[in-house]
Amino acid sequence: MSNYSEESILNFLGPYKGEASAILRSLQLVQELLGYVPDSALDLIAKNSNVSRAEVYGVFTFYSDFRSTPPAKVVVKVCVAEACQASGSAQLISELHDKGYDIHKGNIKDDIQMEQTFCLGNCALGPSAMVNGAPIGRATCERIFSATSAVTA
Amino acid sequence: MTKVFVPMDSAALSMGANEVAQAISEHAAKNGLDVTIVRNGSRGMLWLEPLVEVETPAGRVGYANVSADQIPELLSAGLLNGDSHDSCLGIVEELEILRNQTRITFARVGIIDPLSLVEYESHGGLKGLRNAIAMSPAQVVAEVTDSGLRGRGGAGFPAGIKWNTVLNTESDQKYICCNADEGDSGTFADRMLMEGDPFTLIEGMIIAGIAVGATEGLIYVRSEYPHAIDVLNQAIAIANENKLLGDSVLGSGFKFKLEVRVGAGSYVCGEETAMLESLEGKRGMVRAKPPIPALVGLFGKPTVINNVMTLAAVPMILADGAASYQTFGVDRSRGTQVFQLAGNILRGGIVELPFGITLGELVDTIGGGTYSGRPIKTVQIGGPLGAYLGTESWDVQMGYESLAEVGGMLGHGGIVVFDDTVNMAKQARFAMEFCAEESCGKCTPCRIGSTRGVEVIDRIVAGEDQAKNLELLEDLCEVMTDGSLCAMGGLTPLPVRSALKLFPADFGIKVEVK
Repeated sequence: MSNYSEESILNFLGPYKGEASAILRSLQLVQELLGYVPDSALDLIAKNSNVSRAEVYGVFTFYSDFRSTPPAKVVVKVCVAEACQASGSAQLISELHDKGYDIHKGNIKDDIQMEQTFCLGNCALGPSAMVNGAPIGRATCERIFSATSAVTA
Repeated sequence: MTKVFVPMDSAALSMGANEVAQAISEHAAKNGLDVTIVRNGSRGMLWLEPLVEVETPAGRVGYANVSADQIPELLSAGLLNGDSHDSCLGIVEELEILRNQTRITFARVGIIDPLSLVEYESHGGLKGLRNAIAMSPAQVVAEVTDSGLRGRGGAGFPAGIKWNTVLNTESDQKYICCNADEGDSGTFADRMLMEGDPFTLIEGMIIAGIAVGATEGLIYVRSEYPHAIDVLNQAIAIANENKLLGDSVLGSGFKFKLEVRVGAGSYVCGEETAMLESLEGKRGMVRAKPPIPALVGLFGKPTVINNVMTLAAVPMILADGAASYQTFGVDRSRGTQVFQLAGNILRGGIVELPFGITLGELVDTIGGGTYSGRPIKTVQIGGPLGAYLGTESWDVQMGYESLAEVGGMLGHGGIVVFDDTVNMAKQARFAMEFCAEESCGKCTPCRIGSTRGVEVIDRIVAGEDQAKNLELLEDLCEVMTDGSLCAMGGLTPLPVRSALKLFPADFGIKVEVK
């Protein structure tokens, strides 16, 4: 938690104090602030929501959005669901793999991390990807890397 | 001043719409052109995106697949006057594909500025809400019941009956929950409506609140939809400012509060009870039913849970009357359905039509066949849990019961097209794999069955003891179908069985498939 002290995180979580129903939103808030949820934040959320750490940990591990380590500067989501399979996502995924990115492992290389996702809702223009939240239709390696270089530049 | 429309729908953004809008504004400023750029939703003809439209005295003229680089050329070719060009489509509303549709839920999408309440109202918005305010709650519910509107999320349960249950349940607090966790691959109608006409959803939810006596609404949107979340939040802020939401909706004395809640990457949270758990901040574990959420829902209170498309159909039903909505459709599938053409398709996007159009007409006539130009092998309707159908089902009418008759499921109305290069054993395996990945883990058939399913399919494909393993797979599918708590495990056998039945050769089957 380099830039945030425990105190400032508790401050951010303030509106949810004592609310057991805010575990998910608290985790989302921390990840929005820090880019990931450090282990110590689980204790802070438990304390703030007045629930056990186990309950917070249970929610944290259920949802695939949450990270326990900081993300790369650029996060590329690549759709692996059916509509994109029908539009040639397997080819794209294998080309990305050849460039050193395993979307199933989500390894980081040159400030870029590529991850699998199940559907981005752009199913008529597949293969579909998202670069730091910006959607890319008819995705190719070229289109993806042109978007990532705009961020890393 | 010339109005130029550049969509801000995610699909248009994915093809460079923001860059196009920026290029137009830069060139207009540089050359002293009087241009106003409106960021509309998408018309749904996604293969034409970015589709730029220019307002002319004759109507809105469209230019297809515009790129930012093309802007100087298009402007000198007279784009602002709607002059002809290779990419010019003519008057957009006169395009055959739009003229042949019945746009009720999507009446305003692509036409208005999604965040202009003034335009929303001048295009027929809020009429349904005003009518509802003047009626008794029971009358509003009756109107929805009489319209024949059924849940568009997949199950097809009559909306009016659900509302009536909540109306007749006494409670100090009731909720309206909109399920916008549109996780099915091949579906994107919810997203397009939320991005292109969010006030329709907001109005539908307020009407639902008035009808059943609920004062709080929540929209559960998946995190994969950042643009939809952004538009909804802006629209809700505008609605609050204009007293459309708040302590007295349009001065009626009815109270209605609305909030967006964001999911966190879990498919099963699209199942209504898992969604309730997630809204309560917990793991998205499916609840056993009964009790149904209409009686014991969010925080144990009576709750209406409807899909985006269901709630968005409500304003028009209240504005034009149940009878008007009833006139569309076939049998017990009344009204219109927003079909989504996806996957390997030439002309992909959404088309809103009365129920009853055939599958073949949708895929071939409207969709134009595959994008790859190869023959179609199969389509999957209704998302990852929907059945695969072959071209022999081309004559089936699109409706809840008619699709069920051929072993299919309408689901959310998404159709994913595959060409002849697809291997159906891989698709069947993926269905099981997906279920294993996304299962909440509460019930055994789904949690363990999905993993065993992957293994059995692998053995069949490897040619190991095929007769025995086919029997085992069939047995497993039966247990998952009958024994799972929700549709996740319960419907996963649908794509598996249909793939195996239609394309046994892809599994390398050398014995007879029962």
